[in-house]
Parts: sequence; structure tokens; C-alpha cells
Amino acid sequence: MNFTQMIIPLNITKTISDWIYSIMPETAASYTIMVIIAVAYLALFAVAGLYLVLLERKVAAWFQLRIGPNRVGPWGLLQTMADALKLVSKELTSTIKIDKFLYNLAPYFVIVSALMAMAVFPFSEQFQAFDINIGVFFLIAISSIGVIGILLAGWSSNNKYALIGAMRSGLQTISYELSVGLSILTMVLLTGTLQLSEIIEAQRTGGWLILQGHVPSIIAFMIFMVAGTAETNRAPFDLVEAESELGAGFHTEYSGMKFAYFFLAEFINMFIISSIAVVLFFGGWLSPFGITENIAWFPQVFWFIIKVLGLIFLMMWFRWTFPRLRVDQLLTLEWKYLLPLNLMNIVLMAIVIWLNWTI
Amino acid sequence: MSYFSDIYKGIKTLLTGMSVTGGYFIRARKGAITQQYPDNRETLKMFDRFRGEVVMPHNADNRHYCTGCQSCEIACPNGSIEIIWDRAVDPETGKKKKKIDKHIYHLSMCTMCGLCIEACPTDAIVWAPNFENSVYDRSKLTKILNQPGSSVLDGIED
Ligand code: SF4
Ligand code: SF4
Repeated sequence: MNFTQMIIPLNITKTISDWIYSIMPETAASYTIMVIIAVAYLALFAVAGLYLVLLERKVAAWFQLRIGPNRVGPWGLLQTMADALKLVSKELTSTIKIDKFLYNLAPYFVIVSALMAMAVFPFSEQFQAFDINIGVFFLIAISSIGVIGILLAGWSSNNKYALIGAMRSGLQTISYELSVGLSILTMVLLTGTLQLSEIIEAQRTGGWLILQGHVPSIIAFMIFMVAGTAETNRAPFDLVEAESELGAGFHTEYSGMKFAYFFLAEFINMFIISSIAVVLFFGGWLSPFGITENIAWFPQVFWFIIKVLGLIFLMMWFRWTFPRLRVDQLLTLEWKYLLPLNLMNIVLMAIVIWLNWTI
Repeated sequence: MSYFSDIYKGIKTLLTGMSVTGGYFIRARKGAITQQYPDNRETLKMFDRFRGEVVMPHNADNRHYCTGCQSCEIACPNGSIEIIWDRAVDPETGKKKKKIDKHIYHLSMCTMCGLCIEACPTDAIVWAPNFENSVYDRSKLTKILNQPGSSVLDGIED
């Protein structure tokens, strides 16, 4: 691993890293810094995940003409914190016939793979933990590891509903992985690089990629959002945990904090899918039309977060509008519609680039 | 070519659905349909057809409409109503006539089906909109609907 690629955010962290390097030998210092960054990310995204849960509940309430959580703290802002505290303090129950080792391993698999993907995102020019040259590839690889955790959870629970849920999850992720990968590939065709920071750099002059690639980009974006929603196991693709059929699907037998890990992972995954879309289609932390380009103090993170929240809202809008698909409809959508369209779209994109029709 | 028209139709119907829910989302701020119950306890008014509990209205002279015909007791599918009745001599006609002593209503057993109210020939019992019916002692849910000392209004016959 090349440590020089580890760009550490903001100046205060530079001071901290200088100080650590001054008191420790170089190898130990770089490991310490890695651990510190990991812990900081862990804390940051656990809290961010909790607030996404709150956002989801608020948005759901507004869609249904309700008010949503408004009792704990001002406007209910502390609601999910209180929920998390409650879950931490709960007893971890389990059935007798579980496979203990796998059962306990599964939630960590899911949450760790979700958090690992966060490492490569460029939240701003400086704020990126780990800028590897195969960033996009890394993301696709990591985001499908989570499904192993779900399969483990379903299998080790020794519960038929959990197993059915887990199997559906495997089916769904394997199918939709193709569409996610191919739609990302369409965009990579345009940028010619897999490194996330360079993908954003390519949008600085030519405009956002969704404009640069016009028609094929917009098709790729639509396919990516559909497949991405399926990838996160959210409604309308929530067959994995379909409450009305399977209890709670693969996490039926989990309680307390282990359940909370699955729950949190779902929301972090939603954040990841939106972040990939923001980097690939909407210019990452670049401001629209460069309006804050010359204002030095303006945090670039702001634009990144605003765009991500916009896409997350879109996914919540999907969730509270569409009914759940049946398994055969799910597969028809992927194999008969999204995949052929995606292949056609790649050819279209290649032609557009070949004939220099990009804007 | 139906392949592409299917896709077009699919996207169109999805967008239609999203515009409907999106409209709700935007209008949600104007008026949530939920009641902020403990906060608006003073102003909360239940709607007309709400079934809270069965009551027997009395007029200012402590008279009601119940003739003691027992239709409600027979109509009730789970025996929530018990009528303790008596006979008294009607001073006008000099004949013996049925009258209620106690109209006992077990709120704890009532399923709010409304059959008793439909059965009553004189509309002596009606729905009341109060819903704060929780008590600490089960026996408090057994209510006597006619007020003490009340009597049936003159001229009410079943
Ligand atoms: S509402 Fe139904 S259950 Fe209740 S007292 Fe009347 S008849 Fe009986
Ligand atoms: S309440 Fe109505 S139905 Fe019941 S005994 Fe009185 S008059 Fe008859």
C-alpha cells in the first residue's frame, strides 16, 4: 500500500499527523494514523447513518401526510440517537439451533463492508481517506461483499424465512450487480479512468458527466438508480426483508445491536449508492456552474452532501411510491429490460465518443 | 416493437405515481391528517359517526326515552347489556306497565357493533364520542346508563 496516497483532510489533521510522525518511528506512525482515520470514519458514518434513518422517517411521514418523530429533542432530532441507545442496552437473544460463529459474524460482515466503501469517496478535494487508481472497481467489489453477510445471517439463523430472504438477496444482488457494473462502465468509457478524484477532475472543465454524455448518460443514470435501489435491498426491491411474507427476512432472528448493524448498513449502503451516482454523474464536490469555485473558504463538502441528499431523497421517493415487486418481476426487469438496454447503451456511448458527439 | 413501447409505458406510469406522491409530499406541510392528541386535548373534536361508548341521554327533568322493552339486550351479540326491570301501575290508565330499574352496560365487553342502538325502537340510547375510557379498575367499566331517580318520558310507547 502506498501511504503517500492517503490524503488527510484539512489543516488540523496535518498538524496531528506531523505530531504523530515526530513522536513515533515512521511505520508505527502511519499505522496509528490509519487507525485514527478509521475510528473517525466509523464514528462519523455511524452518526450519519442514524440521521439518515431519521430523515427517512420524516420523509415517509410527509409522504403520508403525517408529522413524523417530533418528541425527542427539538423536531425529534434526537429520536434515532435514543433508539440506538435503546438497542445497545437490549439483551441479545438468539435461538438454540443457530450456528453461533456465523450468526455472530454476519452483522459485522455487512456493516464493515458498508463502511469500507466509504474510504474511497472524495468528499472534497482534500477530504478523501484513500485515493486508489481503481476506485470505481473497488467500490463495485466491496458493495457486493455485503451480500455474503446477508447469506450468512440467513443460513446460520436456522429459520426458513431467514433463509428464503437470504436466498432472494443473493439472487437479487447477483442479477443487479450486472446492471450497476455496466452502467458504471458506460461512464468510465467517457472518463477513461477508474480513479474517483480524476473522474471529478474530468468534470471540472467539461461540465458534469450527465451533460457531457447527454442521452447515453441519462439512460445510464436511470439504470444505475434502479439497479442501485435493488442493490441496497430497499423498496420496491425489498423482497429480502418483505415484512408481509417473511417476518423480517434475513434478520428475523437478530435483536439488539446486531439488528441495528443490519439496519444501519442499509442506510449507509443507500449513502454509498448515492455517492457513486454523485461522483459519476453530477460532478462530486464541484459546485454547479462553478459558482463557488473562487470562494476559498466555501466548503466543497457542502455540494457533495447536498447532491447526495438529493439522490437519497429520490430513493426514498421510490420507496414510498412503488409497491414491492414479485420475484419473477424482479428477474424480468433485470434480465429482459435493464441488461439489454445497458448493453445497447454502452454501444451508443462508444459511438458518441467515437464520433466526438460529447458536449 | 412492443418492447420499447412497454418501456415507455412503464416509465410513464412510474412517473405518474411519483407525481402523485410528490404532490402529497409538498402539500404535507399545510395540514397533516394526524391529531397531536395529548397536546390538543381541549380542542380535539371527534367526528360525528365515532363510536366511543353507548349512553342514554336525559333531558333537563331527568327523563329518558327508555321503555324497558329489552330489545337492546336481545340484540346485543355478547350480552353487554343487562336490563333490570320492574312493573309499576300507570297512574293515568291504571294498568300495570313495564319500566326500567337499571340499564346496565358493560363497556369492557362491548364490541361497538351498534346493534343495540339500531334495535332500540325509541332511540333511547346513542353513541357518545368520548374515547378516554381507560380506568384502573375493571369494575368502573360497568355503567348504569339511566341516572338515579330518572323516569321515562310521558307518552313514550314501544
Ligand atoms: S354496541 Fe354491540 S356489543 Fe356493544 S352493547 Fe350494543 S349490541 Fe352490545
Ligand atoms: S334502551 Fe331502547 S331497546 Fe333498550 S330497553 Fe330501552 S327502549 Fe328498549
